[in-house]
Amino acid sequence: MIESMNETHPEDDRKFTINFGPQHPAAHGVLRLVLELEGEVVQRVDPHIGLLHRGTEKLIEHKTYLQALPYFDRLDYVAPMNQEHAFCMTIEKLLNITVPRRAQFIRVLYSEIGRILSHMLNITTQALDVGALTPPVWGFEEREKLMVFYERASGSRMHAAYFRPGGVHQDLPPDLISDLMSWCDQFPQKLKDIETLLTENRIFKQRNVDIGVISKQEAIQLGFSGVMVRGSGIAWDLRRNQPYEVYDELDFKIPLGKNGDCYDRYLCRVDEMYESVKIMRQCLEMMPDGPVLTLDKKIAPPRRVEMKQSMEALIHHFKLYTEGFHVPAGEVYCAVEAPKGEFGVYLISDGSNKPYRCKIRAPGFPHLAAMDYMNKGHMLADVSAILGSLDIVFGEIDR
Amino acid sequence: MKDILNHITAELGEAVISSNLDNDEMTIEIRRRDIVNVLTLLRDEPSLKFTTLIDICGVDYPSRERRFDVVYHLLSMPHNHRVRVKLSTETETPVQSVISVYPSADWYEREAFDMYGIAFENHPDLRRLLTDYGFEGHPLRKDFPLSGFVEVRYDDARKAVVYEPVNLPQEYRSFDFMSPWEGAKYILPGDEKVEEKS
Repeated sequence: MIESMNETHPEDDRKFTINFGPQHPAAHGVLRLVLELEGEVVQRVDPHIGLLHRGTEKLIEHKTYLQALPYFDRLDYVAPMNQEHAFCMTIEKLLNITVPRRAQFIRVLYSEIGRILSHMLNITTQALDVGALTPPVWGFEEREKLMVFYERASGSRMHAAYFRPGGVHQDLPPDLISDLMSWCDQFPQKLKDIETLLTENRIFKQRNVDIGVISKQEAIQLGFSGVMVRGSGIAWDLRRNQPYEVYDELDFKIPLGKNGDCYDRYLCRVDEMYESVKIMRQCLEMMPDGPVLTLDKKIAPPRRVEMKQSMEALIHHFKLYTEGFHVPAGEVYCAVEAPKGEFGVYLISDGSNKPYRCKIRAPGFPHLAAMDYMNKGHMLADVSAILGSLDIVFGEIDR
Repeated sequence: MKDILNHITAELGEAVISSNLDNDEMTIEIRRRDIVNVLTLLRDEPSLKFTTLIDICGVDYPSRERRFDVVYHLLSMPHNHRVRVKLSTETETPVQSVISVYPSADWYEREAFDMYGIAFENHPDLRRLLTDYGFEGHPLRKDFPLSGFVEVRYDDARKAVVYEPVNLPQEYRSFDFMSPWEGAKYILPGDEKVEEKS
């Protein structure tokens, strides 16, 4: 019987080509993977991306600097403010302006909220990908609370446009500080609860331990950053190694993995969330009073109250929101440690009010590019586990 | 940082066209044909160790004879430095692919090819990456219109997705916000007479 089957089919009768996505719940958005399988073993993965390509970089070239800013919320829409941060830093570097100290603390505070937002989504959906349904429900409750904090600061749950060149748009309302503090008090317990579902869960470990192993050497060759290198045991975090804003004054640890598998990356993310809460608490305690936006009226708009009284303020406001400010010619690259890795913006200015070129270096891009390398020889069921641990968001990869 | 830059330029010798330290960032401009050697040296030299490729991107300057720049961003985790390597090229001549030096260059080069039409020699799989299947043109070139050339919709009568030329109900308006006192190129109505007199 078996022999006769082999006669009718040539030797590659166990080879399949499967389309994974673009409409697949484990594809984390609109990813199309063309999988070549030998039986159930993956031979080759060809990710087809670009289904969410909106031409952000082209659009930015046609907008003034301030108009370009909200596009950054729409890249990695899971942690919007971290992206704005990188763009604001490039502009500030070219303009050579300093950010008021209070604004620096607010930026760090909200960057860490973004980190928790992103990691919370990632670890819970990674669990969902391997079959656990409860963690997302528990995790999204905390995310929702954080999004309310986004809304109370910026007026928007997700697309905040809160970080502006020279600081942040508005000061925080006074009671928000105490509410954030009480959130920080209760969150570690909630995270521990989620951990009870996953960290020692037999099924979760079976699906993640020793899956998608990346050595230190490979992580560097493949151009990884963020949790993807820390999971492999490389101590590299831009917040520590190339500190920006006030990170060098804060006390926090960089969790490292040992084996570089999906499970270690999960553990890194969980530990990073505990550290983020620590950072948030320090920010809330150390935050001084003062302005939150640079006082240079050629760059930052005047306050509403001034505009009622001062003709000059009115002119500044009008010029800023029509022509915008001019950025001196030059090129800079600034990177922040976004939740997913190094998010960088390479900005070329020609001295006009619009960027000449703005290249967005998304952390997920090299990670997804390594899908083929990481999946070779794994089983079909591991594809979604590996994809989950890469922390893919298509907004930033397709741009 | 100046020492490192001097060290790099000394090591690379005549491959370097120029180098600068603007905005506290190391930038070197190199000859196009030397790219693979330069990156190999930057990666392997023990005192430099630029082992991580951060990014490759194209930049378009249509007025130049060699209109494209290809910009490589490198990071050295051991020494905590960044460097930017630039070269200029045009549409016809391909740039050497650097996949042999940095395997992660694969998608970056595909993206640069897709967006600018910069060809990379010895790239194993130089396909389009981000744009649609069957897309024509290179969208990030400065002469590519913002609205593109085709728009796509689902045609219920034909039960298929159709591509049609872009038809904007309202024309795209590009406002010139430049102040007439600071470098605007246009002449205000009435001012042309002043030009004639002088």
